[in-house]
Amino acid sequence: MTKFELTTGLLATVAMGAMGVTTAQAKVEGDTIVLGAAVSKSGKYSTNGKHTMNGYNLAVERLNAMGGISVGGKKYKMRVIYYDDESRGARGAQLAERLINQDKVRYMLGPYSSGLTKAIVPVTEKYKIPMVEANGASRSLFTKGYKYLFAVLSTSEQYLASAIALAAEKARSAGRNPNTLRVALAFENDPFSQDVRAGVIDDAKRYGMKIVVDGRLPRDLSDMKGILQKVKLIKPDILVVSGHSKGAALAIRQIAALRVNVPMLAMTHCDSAQVIKKYGKKSEYTLCASQWAPSLSYKDNVFGSAGDFAKIFKAKYGYAPPYQAAESAAAVLVYADAFRRAGAFGTDKVRAALAATKMQTFYGNIRFDSSGKNVAKPMVLFQIQDGQYKVVAPTKWASSKIRFPTPRWDKR
Amino acid sequence: MIENIQLLAQNPVGLLNLIIDGIMIGAIFALIAYGMALVWGVMNIINLSQGEYVIFGGFLAFYVSTSWELQIGAIGLSISWPGIHALWALLLAPLVLYLIGWLFYRVVIFRIVNRDMFTSILATFGISILLQQFMNGVFTADDVVARHDMGTWLAWRTDVGELAIERVRMVALVFALIVGGVLSVYLKHTRDGQAIRAVAQNARAAELMGIDADRVYARTYALNAALCGAAGVLIAMTLTIHAFTGLIYTVRSFMIVIIAGLGNVTGVIVAGIGLGAGEKVAEVVIGTSYQVAFVTGLLLAVLLYRGIRLAMQRKYLA
Repeated sequence: MTKFELTTGLLATVAMGAMGVTTAQAKVEGDTIVLGAAVSKSGKYSTNGKHTMNGYNLAVERLNAMGGISVGGKKYKMRVIYYDDESRGARGAQLAERLINQDKVRYMLGPYSSGLTKAIVPVTEKYKIPMVEANGASRSLFTKGYKYLFAVLSTSEQYLASAIALAAEKARSAGRNPNTLRVALAFENDPFSQDVRAGVIDDAKRYGMKIVVDGRLPRDLSDMKGILQKVKLIKPDILVVSGHSKGAALAIRQIAALRVNVPMLAMTHCDSAQVIKKYGKKSEYTLCASQWAPSLSYKDNVFGSAGDFAKIFKAKYGYAPPYQAAESAAAVLVYADAFRRAGAFGTDKVRAALAATKMQTFYGNIRFDSSGKNVAKPMVLFQIQDGQYKVVAPTKWASSKIRFPTPRWDKR
Repeated sequence: MIENIQLLAQNPVGLLNLIIDGIMIGAIFALIAYGMALVWGVMNIINLSQGEYVIFGGFLAFYVSTSWELQIGAIGLSISWPGIHALWALLLAPLVLYLIGWLFYRVVIFRIVNRDMFTSILATFGISILLQQFMNGVFTADDVVARHDMGTWLAWRTDVGELAIERVRMVALVFALIVGGVLSVYLKHTRDGQAIRAVAQNARAAELMGIDADRVYARTYALNAALCGAAGVLIAMTLTIHAFTGLIYTVRSFMIVIIAGLGNVTGVIVAGIGLGAGEKVAEVVIGTSYQVAFVTGLLLAVLLYRGIRLAMQRKYLA
């Protein structure tokens, strides 16, 4: 054997050894890729935790039923290990440690809510484990230089930006300069809602709009009558509200009760607060920010169109999918695509593949910037029309025309 | 701040609306505080599960006012409920909560009546966690409202605005006043009420006079839960409820009792209503962000004032 052959031989052995190490590291049992997630099965997020889990499960089942994912020429199925984080950050972080150290999970799916995601990311970063998350929208998740975090959803500051753009558009078509518009804001004092507020303020400033009310609702808000009375007296052109489901439910109930007349009302969380079911006609004309809608024209080859996903989901779980379920399913599709392109299971290879993601899913286009957030998908804006959510903005995906301005209460 | 005062000065109807709204929500808080004051005064227990009883009552209002079906396959049980007006829950919730209160007394509270306050705080905090998790599991983890179409009463319609008062808040105010009145008559003029007051003054002496203190305690504690249940119905009809939002009401009722001063029943109602109205006006004048700070500041001021007065009169030496 010549020296040269010896070296290549040695190199090959070392390389094989290295490959052996990577496969041992990667959590693949036989022909099954194991993902892990801490999701709220109990506690205050348990409803949305259920939507999240249903989304993950549906995508996994669908992919498995289609024969699995082919990685490096071999077909693999997927499986998810779940633990209940009890809607508590500290518990979420513990469970992430457990998934990584005891269950040897090498690919994580996100929990529900920005708060839980914030608690878990430091753990996944420490062990350099990729996490694709679908329910942590807070802008602050993407300013800390995390390398292994990828989010398929639009971040919080984009939530209501399209409402401001829409108001400006309406003002222009009525022959008014958008800088004459007066905006009232009522945002809960929590990181997520404040992120949404920052986005709205940036946009309002860009159009030169004047902010006439800027209320921070206490976190344990139970009554909004004070700020709404102020809004009623000041008579702004737009009222923007964000305070999770509770804020949405409270705002619609009390705006109707107090007869606050405002031409445009935009908010977050209408659908998770189920305002149509709760208030019927009182919720009409409200604009609601949403990550996704079944009427959008996105497609993929796993679920088909957005509408197809809604049908499949409804047939399986008996209720129409909220966007929390849709984005969760999309996170699994992103993993499947990344495994396929990586052609191997080393976490660094998978991470690189995730970072290079560029795909369309039923949920929307997905492309991550260097901070890991999806920059290819806009938020959509619903309006409640005749007891249904209709997409009214952005114009490209609008299925209905916006009803504007909202008539006064004595004319409704 | 000055522009906010100007705004209210230019819109007296709006200011009035604000005050009336505050009074009405304050009346509901006063009901809860009334119960807390009762338990505190009679049994020397600060009941930290106050808010959870409120939320429980709210959930009952929700289930009374919506249609639902329950099927338990194992025993072939199938119930369907058509959903009736939420106000019926004002009858149901106090009854159910009275029973729950009684049950908790018999299982937990009787063990801690004569213990130090720290033990009772721990125990009632435990009950509150238990109830939270129970409601979260059995009911839902959603924000819930009791639907009703009682609408808004409009008056004073001028071009500057109108007075818009929710009818259900009027009901709440009237209900709170009636309950307050009935309770004070009950405490003063019935044998049972007198027994409660006797035990509050001196449990040992009352027992020597043949009063069964244990039964009085049970009744007091159950009565408190019933009051909270009724308040919960009104809260589900005016605001929203969630299994984990009970703490707001516990804290608020605690503040009201402190401001009113222990053992001052009329004071509780006045403080509850005044705090409600003051908070609403303060919210507009100094901004929503400082709403909580205002209430806490007021509490601090009252405590300081009391401390100073006490020091000057040296009453504690008496």
